[in-house]
Amino acid sequence: MAYFSQQLINAITLGAIYGLIAIGYTMVYGIIGMINFAHGDVFMIGAFISLIGFMICAMLGIGSGPVAIVLVLLLAMAFTAIYGWAIERTAYRPLRGSFKLAPLISAIGVSIMLQNYVQLAQGARPKPGGQVVEGGFNLFSADGFDVRVAWLQIIIVVVTVTLMAGFSWLIASTPLGRQQRACEQDMKMASLLGVDVDRTISLTFVMGAALAAVAGMMFLMYYGIVDFFIGFMAGIKAFTAAVLGGIGSLAGAMLGGLLIGLIEVFWAGYFSSEYKDVAVFGILVLVLIFRPTGLLGKPEIEKV
Amino acid sequence: MGPRLQHHLKDAGLTALVAAGLGIFIVGFRTYDIGKGLTFDYQFVDLGIAIVTIFFGRLGLSLAADGLSWPALALGAVLGAIGASPLKLPSTFLHWFVTLAGLLIVLRTIWPWANHGLAVARHSPRGVPVGQAIAKWIGAALLVVAVILPMTPLGDQKTMDLAVLILTYVMLGWGLNIVVGLAGLLDLGYVAFYAVGAYSYALLSTQYGLGFWSVLPLAGMMAASFGLLLGFPVLRLRGDYLAIVTMGFGEIIRLVLLNWVDLSNGPAGIGSIPGPTLFGVVFAETAPAGKQTFAEMMGIPFSGNQRLIFLYYIILALALVTNFFTQRVRRLPVGRAWEALREDETACKALGINPTNTKLTAFAVGAMFAGFAGSFFAAKQRFISPESFTFIESAIILSIVVLGGMGSQIGVVLAAVLLIGLPEWFRDLGAYRMVAFGLAMVLIMVFRPRGLIAHREPSVRLHPVHRRGAA
Repeated sequence: MAYFSQQLINAITLGAIYGLIAIGYTMVYGIIGMINFAHGDVFMIGAFISLIGFMICAMLGIGSGPVAIVLVLLLAMAFTAIYGWAIERTAYRPLRGSFKLAPLISAIGVSIMLQNYVQLAQGARPKPGGQVVEGGFNLFSADGFDVRVAWLQIIIVVVTVTLMAGFSWLIASTPLGRQQRACEQDMKMASLLGVDVDRTISLTFVMGAALAAVAGMMFLMYYGIVDFFIGFMAGIKAFTAAVLGGIGSLAGAMLGGLLIGLIEVFWAGYFSSEYKDVAVFGILVLVLIFRPTGLLGKPEIEKV
Repeated sequence: MGPRLQHHLKDAGLTALVAAGLGIFIVGFRTYDIGKGLTFDYQFVDLGIAIVTIFFGRLGLSLAADGLSWPALALGAVLGAIGASPLKLPSTFLHWFVTLAGLLIVLRTIWPWANHGLAVARHSPRGVPVGQAIAKWIGAALLVVAVILPMTPLGDQKTMDLAVLILTYVMLGWGLNIVVGLAGLLDLGYVAFYAVGAYSYALLSTQYGLGFWSVLPLAGMMAASFGLLLGFPVLRLRGDYLAIVTMGFGEIIRLVLLNWVDLSNGPAGIGSIPGPTLFGVVFAETAPAGKQTFAEMMGIPFSGNQRLIFLYYIILALALVTNFFTQRVRRLPVGRAWEALREDETACKALGINPTNTKLTAFAVGAMFAGFAGSFFAAKQRFISPESFTFIESAIILSIVVLGGMGSQIGVVLAAVLLIGLPEWFRDLGAYRMVAFGLAMVLIMVFRPRGLIAHREPSVRLHPVHRRGAA
């Protein structure tokens, strides 16, 4: 029971990180119907910017503490958002209206480019750092096993829940959210009615990238190590989360992220940690085969 | 002139600003690991030079786009001169960066003229597009070159090594072309079948002592059955979902190979895999008991190049078989069904084509050729490990197909030479070439989304097309 509770706490933390990345996939897919393969690498960029941000804070004497975290969070969100914007502007926008697979291939190119760019600029070796929040408390003890909750885990979950709530509000009741939903339903009609489609899509990418940056920062703080390749696995898992929850649905992305976190942690905890990634891919395959619309997705009707 | 220049300046300034935002953290601070923690130093000078270059580069490009050729040319020339000058910029990369920016501006400026020239040259006086006429002969010419290459003085060890590598990718490209180009199924996990073929040969030869030629069909069958097995449940999915699922399968196979140590020896890989033989004659310095080496049989001194040339002809033959198969099968009902399915699945269903079975054959046939190529790879490398079968390999093979122009056989050759050959020559550039590789994928998608050789002619037509005269 104690072991189970501990795994559950870890799984929720991990699921929160995946959920944040998954939102980026889901929103982009919802609005322009492409799999933004480079999104995982945007997450990686966010983690790197956070790492450097923390180091600068330490140098300036702000050190650890809430001020540093908030500062780095804002920094990482802002500068990663620039990546999101620039990628959309240069690699995806010119391809709008091109054949269906073109954006996906372009996205793979962007992904390769970003990974190697970071490898060149920062070196290939894993970078330790960013563990600014330490300690925690014992939730309860049973069977001689302490169930611990780290402060960091609480921070991660609270930040995630806050951001997701804010985000749902943004989509549901602001003019921008309305425009996004309009573009999602019918881009041509939306543009006829005066919605600036290009701007809306750009902002979607910016928001997705900002959330990925938060996820990157959480990842860095949680694991305390980043390298240029973390985006690939995390990206695929987050994509699986988005698909599992029903791609195009925000609530689905959160749910999917949570489920993937659960599957991964429990598989590693109870079976074998070598095959945890296989388990995640297996889930992805099974979901796509038996329920291609995901848990909360709407079935898509193909019109001839 | 005034407001226009102002507009261009503003545009260039914005671009530079974005570049600064992109670069300030990742490039501006370089982190170092010094034993007990991380430290960083600043690279603001490098970053600054890069941003200034980007500013002038963008300015030059927009001037050129605006038709202000002379200022643009001058700007390009100045940048090129600065980059090529012995001026001490902080790194050689920056020299390249500045030079390339200058070159880019010059190219962009003369592009309209060059394009016009090309358009004129593209039509012969009789009005037949020259491109089509050349394309007919270029395949035959390439084949002749490929066959006689090892006999020419050009065929030294380094070139042959590269040629074998390129041909392996040509074969993989042609194999994947069946799946992606003909049947229109985006397969991002193609390397899984390549891995199945490679491990089939590696295991059967090292464990059971089977030879290359007897394993080759087995490896193909093995990979094809994996194709069937994986394809069966997933082929009902739409294009991009299919892509992700196939990628998932590719990763699953790699992870299983990595972790199932009893079968595959895990990350340590399988070594001392025997090479292929020529009717029992081995290509090695010394032959095992009861065998003869090629050098002994021919009575010539041994050289490592003999083995390479032999491998070269094997892969050439395998690739040609793939090509021949594709060319013929396109004219069979199943090949036509693939192409029809690519164009419109709903219409195919209405016409009574079973989409799942048709896709499955394409998937299995493509997998089979990957299996052949895989066992060749194992025989050539003599050592395989899961490292060789990562997702990036699938991405490279796919980009060869897409950049070549989906469905175009000669395009695959061109793209393989471009994507595999050029980076190998520039191997010293290290990670830079992978950045360039990614950039090339994006640029080609942006400027030539149909691939280098845009070709999507149906293999059969009800009515022959009427040739139009010169435009």
